[in-house]
Amino acid sequence: MPLLKNNQFVADDYTFVADEDALPASGKVLVTFARLKRDWDEIAKLPAMVGVKVANTDKTDELTPYLSKIALVQLTFPAFTDGRSYSIGRELRLDGYRGELRADGNVLPDQLQLMRQVGFDSFLVSDRFPLEVWQKAAHSMSLAYQRGLFRQVQETEVWSTRHHGFQAWEEQPHAG
Amino acid sequence: MYRYDEFDAKFVSERTAQFRDQANRRLSGELTEDEFRPLRLMNGLYLQLHAYMLRVAIPYGTLSGKQMRQLAMIADKYDKGYGHFTTRQNIQYNWIKLEETADILQALADVEMHAIQTSGNCIRNVTTDHWAGAAADELDDPRPIGELIRQWSSLHPEFSFLPRKFKIAITGAPHDRAAVKVHDIGLRLHKNAAGQIGWEVMVGGGQGRTPMIAQTVRDFLPQNELIAYLEAIMRVYNLYGRRDNKYKARIKILVHEIGAEKFKAEVEAEYAKHPAQQTQVEEAELARIAKYFAAPKFEKMSRFAPHFEEHRRANPDFAAWARNNLAAHAKEGYTIVNISLKPEGGIPGDATGEQMRVMAELAERYSHDELRVSHAQNIVLPHVKLEDAYVVWQELKKHDLAAANYGLAGDIIACPGMDYCSLATARSIPVSMAISRKFGDLAKQEDYGPLKINISGCINACGHHHVGHIGILGLDKKGEEYFQITLGGSSSENASIGTILGPGFSAEEVPDAIETILNTYVKLRESKNEDFLTAYRRVGPKPFKEALYAAA
Amino acid sequence: MTAEEKGQVMTANRLGDGLVVFLQRSGDWSEKIDDAVLALKPEATAALEARAALDVKANLVTGQYLFDATRVNGKIRADHIRERIRTLGPSVRLDLGKQAEGTAGAFQPVEG
Repeated sequence: MPLLKNNQFVADDYTFVADEDALPASGKVLVTFARLKRDWDEIAKLPAMVGVKVANTDKTDELTPYLSKIALVQLTFPAFTDGRSYSIGRELRLDGYRGELRADGNVLPDQLQLMRQVGFDSFLVSDRFPLEVWQKAAHSMSLAYQRGLFRQVQETEVWSTRHHGFQAWEEQPHAG
Repeated sequence: MYRYDEFDAKFVSERTAQFRDQANRRLSGELTEDEFRPLRLMNGLYLQLHAYMLRVAIPYGTLSGKQMRQLAMIADKYDKGYGHFTTRQNIQYNWIKLEETADILQALADVEMHAIQTSGNCIRNVTTDHWAGAAADELDDPRPIGELIRQWSSLHPEFSFLPRKFKIAITGAPHDRAAVKVHDIGLRLHKNAAGQIGWEVMVGGGQGRTPMIAQTVRDFLPQNELIAYLEAIMRVYNLYGRRDNKYKARIKILVHEIGAEKFKAEVEAEYAKHPAQQTQVEEAELARIAKYFAAPKFEKMSRFAPHFEEHRRANPDFAAWARNNLAAHAKEGYTIVNISLKPEGGIPGDATGEQMRVMAELAERYSHDELRVSHAQNIVLPHVKLEDAYVVWQELKKHDLAAANYGLAGDIIACPGMDYCSLATARSIPVSMAISRKFGDLAKQEDYGPLKINISGCINACGHHHVGHIGILGLDKKGEEYFQITLGGSSSENASIGTILGPGFSAEEVPDAIETILNTYVKLRESKNEDFLTAYRRVGPKPFKEALYAAA
Repeated sequence: MTAEEKGQVMTANRLGDGLVVFLQRSGDWSEKIDDAVLALKPEATAALEARAALDVKANLVTGQYLFDATRVNGKIRADHIRERIRTLGPSVRLDLGKQAEGTAGAFQPVEG
């Protein structure tokens, strides 16, 4: 599946390691949340940062003890109509998570800009749509009314702009 | 009323272009119907029994003459010459083509209107008191907050794929004309002991399959914390609302299943994690919006309106209309004109393009260019001089808009029902027409007094039958339409859900059943001043059940 | 003495304009109920479903479903009042819909 990041298809430098497979000595590994908890002693000693796969029913505050080792959270949208991961992703960012936040599952162009605004910065997408479709979708709207979100494509924040005498709400930086 | 600045205009323009692109990709097959459906619903476009149906937003029920004219144009050019005003203060068109929808959205954008989020599992139109900014009993105009919430909720990236639809209603008066207690979130403006303005926040009201009255989660929330607090509620709902069963996915089910106390604790915990930050921007925005809702330049009028009184004395029809359709205005010498869209024997809530233009012109000439849509499917001219009431009435009369039945038995709320809606289990409009004809005599209606008869064509309750003084629910029994009657519902500040009286009736039997109920009321009321709801609450359902189901 | 045949009709909305249409034996969609094929046996019903699914995929129609109907003297009448309204138009506006446009088939306006 193509990995969309910074408006380009990029190589995925994470390797998913199944729960029962041995962890490699080097390279970036992606493990399930269950494994992260089960094999934390071993994982904590790995040289590289790890990625964790999170379901949209997991409690992300349970991630806190492991955050020192996590550079990637891969969060699922089981159906594009299931909007829980929008809140989970945003809460992760509001709680200070600065690593990569990746969306997988039923990820479609018409929801891309919404996902970016709540803090997702990479996307595992189907190869059904060419890159241009994704790039266009990322810029569909140039304005947003809500404050306190993540303006990757610099959507103009309407209220802040109308009342620019006030300090802009500092956004959480991303993995980029 | 609110006027778009460059940002608002650009927003609806971009949204229209976005929809045009989505519709084209659907027509070309690039998007499947499953992928397109939520996108078109978020622009108010349904696939319905006869064609596509488009629901246009009328934010907090307020519009100008120019906007009403554009709605008329859309009815004439893109539909079949009429529109239907709904129980959420919106307007619906029943004969729309997908391939023309983007053009319609552009026509709406041209007059600062849209169809954003009038459907779909997202935050819907914020509704309010149709007499806001005019009613004599109002504490403060709730519409600036309505506009703030409208903007905040528009294309909110976190809350666009909720478990189910989400409806917010707000009131600024102690007498609630906005049915806030049967909404997902109801907000009631009030003052605390220190004289500060704040909001009672109520959550989990609703009708449909499982009607419930909303629970208070905060007695007094300062105005500048409202947006942040709403975000906390929405996040709890988005994370924990049920997604396994469409019929158990509203926030009222979540509140009911975990209990109000636990729900409140979840919201407060979420709010404590992310309390209101830098509220100066929200405050500045609210102050900016509020300027648009400053009172119009009223003239200094005398309380005594000689022409009005003269015509009342001389013309009994005008006197009847004035008696029933005019409501007290905060400003001396002014009145609130309620235009009943319930002509005797007619379809409730419908208006032709021509009627819309007539009402637009009347608003421009006599009501400071402002109209309202009420959730009872009527139109309001909020700021009319008493001295102008007669000439307004004459014009209304010419266009079948002068039914003097406002708030009476003939002022029936009815959903479109099976004549238009593929969800319906029965036709609601013919029953409404039959009841309206049966009680056409105005003297009889006035004797019955204030009465809310609400009819729904299915269990989804878009006709608000649960909160009708008399509620009628149309069901299907072995392929035949039959109608269940409930009594004692109310959508006011003393909200209640109606009680089912007993076995249902055929369509032909319903008007007589209603007459039996009303005659029972007349017999047992303490005086003519005891209205139907009060009498029902005093005596309960028993006398009505006995009258209706007495052995022949 | 004419026989009454009971079966099922496939209906949908045309994708672009939303008009209600019915599947014909030829595989085309007609706005008129009397043109529709009445599936009398399960194999025929399955064929209707398959054809409709193809046309949905081809982006011609959407919202397809089967409904029960009866044919007498070559005229088809929906069994349930909802589909009778679908094939005619609103029962409260006889001036609108197929009943006014002459595409209602041999139907009479809905009673009541």
